[in-house]
Amino acid sequence: MAEHEKITMAQAFNQALRDAMTADESVLMFGEDVGALGGVFRVTDGLTAEFGGARCFDTPLAESGIMGFAVGLAMNGMRPVVEMQFDAFAYPAFEQIVSHVAKMRNRTRGALSMPITIRIPYAGGIGGVEHHCDSSEAYYAHTPGLTVVAPATVADAYTLMREAIASPDPVVVLEPKKLYWSKDEVDLDEVQPGIGRAVVRREGTDATLIAYGTSVPIALEAADAAAAEGRSLQVVDVRSIVPFDDETVCAAVRSTGRAVVVAEAPGFASVSSEIVARVTERCFHHLAAPVRRVTGFDIPYPPPKLEHLHLPSVDRVLDAVDTLQWDDV
Amino acid sequence: MPSHDFLPSEQPVQLLDQDGRRVEDPKRAFPSDEDLLRAHEALVVGRRINEQAYALVRQGRLAVYPSSYGQEACEVAAALVLDDQDWLFPTYRDVVSIIGRGVDPVETLTLLKGDWHCGYDPTEHRVAPQTTPLATQLIHAVGVAHAATLRGEDTVVMAMCGDGATSEGDFHEALNFAAVFKAPVVFFVQNNEYAISVPLARQTVAPSLAHKAVGYGMPGERVDGNDVAALLSVLGDAVHAARSGAGPSLVEAHTYRMQAHTNADDATRYRQDDEVAAWQGRDPLLRSKAYLTGRELLTDERTAEIAAKAEAVATVMRDGLMQDVEPVPGDLFEHVHATPTPQLREQAAFLADELSREKVS
Ligand SMILES: Cc1ncc(C[n+]2csc(CCOP(=O)(O)OP(=O)(O)O)c2C)c(N)n1
Ligand SMILES: [Mg+2]
Repeated sequence: MAEHEKITMAQAFNQALRDAMTADESVLMFGEDVGALGGVFRVTDGLTAEFGGARCFDTPLAESGIMGFAVGLAMNGMRPVVEMQFDAFAYPAFEQIVSHVAKMRNRTRGALSMPITIRIPYAGGIGGVEHHCDSSEAYYAHTPGLTVVAPATVADAYTLMREAIASPDPVVVLEPKKLYWSKDEVDLDEVQPGIGRAVVRREGTDATLIAYGTSVPIALEAADAAAAEGRSLQVVDVRSIVPFDDETVCAAVRSTGRAVVVAEAPGFASVSSEIVARVTERCFHHLAAPVRRVTGFDIPYPPPKLEHLHLPSVDRVLDAVDTLQWDDV
Repeated sequence: MPSHDFLPSEQPVQLLDQDGRRVEDPKRAFPSDEDLLRAHEALVVGRRINEQAYALVRQGRLAVYPSSYGQEACEVAAALVLDDQDWLFPTYRDVVSIIGRGVDPVETLTLLKGDWHCGYDPTEHRVAPQTTPLATQLIHAVGVAHAATLRGEDTVVMAMCGDGATSEGDFHEALNFAAVFKAPVVFFVQNNEYAISVPLARQTVAPSLAHKAVGYGMPGERVDGNDVAALLSVLGDAVHAARSGAGPSLVEAHTYRMQAHTNADDATRYRQDDEVAAWQGRDPLLRSKAYLTGRELLTDERTAEIAAKAEAVATVMRDGLMQDVEPVPGDLFEHVHATPTPQLREQAAFLADELSREKVS
């Protein structure tokens, strides 16, 4: 295999945007501070310089405006990629997303499609003050018409962003802020599984950990720790929340007979609850124990000094695994 | 009212020029010596707060600080023109206004330290929680003002935001509601020329932000945001009008964000040093000091007294923020609902159990 430079997840997103903009002139990138500044997380760094201010640009400071503008641009042949600066600052755009972006294809019987990519830096673990650490995936996943992805690796950041931009439908790309600076040596030309596919990140035989986005590294770490104690944990990276890959996830769970879902969003009425329901419905007779969850508490995202108590930890994952009725076997 | 009565003046109102010389403006009352001395003291304290906060960020005691360095005249005037029964609705940048209204400095900085969200009781000094989701607080201000009207209270609400926030839909909705309900609100926009990296020219091509008022049927005025005398006068008039039943108005202060958006921002990526340097000479403190010294109101003794007061506030900030407040895990579950749900009680017990096992092992 050829040697490849190590790049960060932020750079992988950046490269995906660059390559998509090169490949297709109708791709536009816009939002708040995405021009000269290159985005507060530098994901759009250099795009205005390379493609000009008509392709990558700052808008007036208004998320509803950004989203509605994208709807109109998409109606007239453009392929907009918008950046919502932080998870909680996408809420002013919610009306446009739910009432228009998600429903346009359905309302018009397919006459109008919305090939829009909504980039949302999401989740916590970065010591951010209030409104900067929300895990808002459930709102989007609950909205029919939206595709929702949450990459956890540098390679997936590239692939899923390229697929999102190429998609004929609106895709919410949840970019895990905590992992923006994580580095990996990747061959961007290597084809990764696309949207709609989950991936087994680590083989294991005793139980399956199911995670996405920021929780994947926690699950992998927990699997390492468990291995040291003689327990073999499999890790499935969901990657694509909508569409959900029932096949891969359920095959994995059937192979071990036990499962724990890990996600940092509050657990009540969440993506993690959906995963538990789907797995239970499909794998009931293969399960040796009820499927457990390790999630954030059902509270507003806490202040920096308390967030470590809220977020799923390796210990909490291992504790949950311990409760999977091992003695009854 | 004919719409031209709503129009702001051609140039921002100025009562003290850059060198601290008085500018005549027949339409505006010049503040009393006493008021200007009080404002100068607040300016010196405000500057000290900004400097101290900056130092605390560098020492890792504050998670982040959006500084109002250079904008202190706006910050202090907004607090000084209000009475006790009035309300202030601040943004993340308005720490100096909040402290100016009497809120404890350490409680004010709780949010930016990261111990909790809002660290003070908003009802105590009538200061709403600092708001980060841009412009969303403006419509709350209108609600508070309207409730005051319904309850027959003599309350005016000062609703603050930045230039960038005027692009948000909530800005429009707030101004329209205020005008329609004739609510006693003063919308106070600190135009510091940037929204993080984005210059005002990308937010609006209106002649000024103050001109926007006309479209809602309320007066707009623009004022030199580094001239504390003009700010006291213009904001004071706006508060007086609101109090006397004339309804809301919009005041735009022209100022400049001297430092980066926050300590986490790199302003060299989007603006030139000489642009910043040009504003150095327009420092609000230099101006009020020159005026008061020229009038022999600022004696050495008074200057020393003011410096001591500023130092005292800085000491309170240092002492408070240097202390590590041991986070209370159970706080996570407090005040989510008036009565905790059964699920939250379970989760609180889960955490308590987890922590007690950690202690044992
Ligand atoms: C709804 C919303 N969108 C985006 C942000 C992120 N953000 C925080 S401050 C800021 C710039 C605000 O500029 P301005 O209103 O001019 O106030 P200033 O910071 O200059 O005081 C942005 C975009 C936010 N806080 N809220
Ligand atoms: Mg600004």
